[in-house]
Amino acid sequence: MAIPGVNSASPVTDLAPAPAALRWQSATIVAIEQRTPRLSSFFLAPALPFGFVAGQHVDVRLTAPDGYQAQRSYSIASAPESGTPIELAVERLEDGEVSAYFHDVAAVGDTIELRGPIGGHFVWSVAEGGPLMLIGGGSGVVPLMAMLRHRAAHGSTVPALLLFSARSWQEVVFRDELMRLAQQDDGFKLALALTREDAPPPGVYARRVDTLMLAECLARLPAPPRHVFVCGANPFVEAATQSAIAAGVPATRIRTERYGG
Amino acid sequence: MVTRGFTGRRPAADIAARLPPGQSLTTDFPVLSAGPTPRVDTADWTFTLKVGPKPVAKWTWDEFNALPQSEFRRDIHCVTKWSKFDTAWQGVMIDDILAAAGIEAPTAYTLAHSYDGYDTNVPTADLVGGKAMVALRYEGKPIPPDHGGPARLVVPHLYFWKSAKWINALQFTARDEAGFWELRGYHMYGDPWREQRFTGD
Repeated sequence: MAIPGVNSASPVTDLAPAPAALRWQSATIVAIEQRTPRLSSFFLAPALPFGFVAGQHVDVRLTAPDGYQAQRSYSIASAPESGTPIELAVERLEDGEVSAYFHDVAAVGDTIELRGPIGGHFVWSVAEGGPLMLIGGGSGVVPLMAMLRHRAAHGSTVPALLLFSARSWQEVVFRDELMRLAQQDDGFKLALALTREDAPPPGVYARRVDTLMLAECLARLPAPPRHVFVCGANPFVEAATQSAIAAGVPATRIRTERYGG
Repeated sequence: MVTRGFTGRRPAADIAARLPPGQSLTTDFPVLSAGPTPRVDTADWTFTLKVGPKPVAKWTWDEFNALPQSEFRRDIHCVTKWSKFDTAWQGVMIDDILAAAGIEAPTAYTLAHSYDGYDTNVPTADLVGGKAMVALRYEGKPIPPDHGGPARLVVPHLYFWKSAKWINALQFTARDEAGFWELRGYHMYGDPWREQRFTGD
């Protein structure tokens, strides 16, 4: 992975290929699928398709008739192997400017602008091996889903576990797909933690992530994780990373992606 | 390219004038970090000034707090698209750190280093002349750990990833050496007003 201008003796090992410049381009919405009551997937076909690494994101830009523009970043949910279209999962935010456009206006056939792929840190490919521990809160599961789909696309048996915290059973994004993946007995294990569910199904945690939960998840892996990825709102990421460290995971193995205050 | 049906929510003119391209105003203080928040005890904290590999001055927490303190209030701009206005910082200006060490800035480039292994490059000219400080307080209080406390660099006129959290050293370098995000596709300089987010911007 040659990066122009970077010393090959650099100790960095998690670099993703970076193009010389990231240009804005148009992308057509080819499908929309509602995933949960508050989150929908938008399948986008860029005019100039690009490769990416699981975990990367794109920037989206919307333009009003008077030239006013708004930009936001969205993680890619689809696996690099599935090519075009790419899947972006957009959660409707209270008072959201861009998310409101996606949920209330955007229709199949519309075009928006995007550029990417972006991000060379919160990324994983099967070549990096494992065990892999993924911890997602709410829509923070999206880049982790890309990693699991990438793993599945390669028929990889790298041990992996996803601890996914959502408010309720119906807000478990990609629930059916995750449960199917977990039933394949290929080394992937799923743990769900529901924070506002009155009657959680058996085997599902009914509380927020904590050190005991992290310790139980770690025990389901055959060896300590080599790579830990944590994504979600900042309070969730703080709690999950400190719990993981308290449960014995070295801080240097943990990568985070955070949003919100 | 006009987006069908998008009208957007324009900020008022006085706010829009302070927002660099592609940014939106937030009243929160979002947290973006590449890894877990390190918990740094001020009893163990040190700050080192280096020229190349060579340390030229080093302070403990108490010694560093005894250096001349300055305050500034600035707008800050994160590459993830949020801007926050009028953030108030107190700390030691880079000019005063150099004066305390008894040196003039020896090279045109610097790398800021952090307790978590993070680093980021800033031209020396963007740190001196009252432009930047090692901040010890935010809005009159100690800086919370997830915002970079006990001490962080604050270079408010560049995208905020340049304002290294959990700073423990400033190193003068002969060449402009890429730091953590700069090695991962982010811009070497990072001027929000020229929207220098990524390599090639």
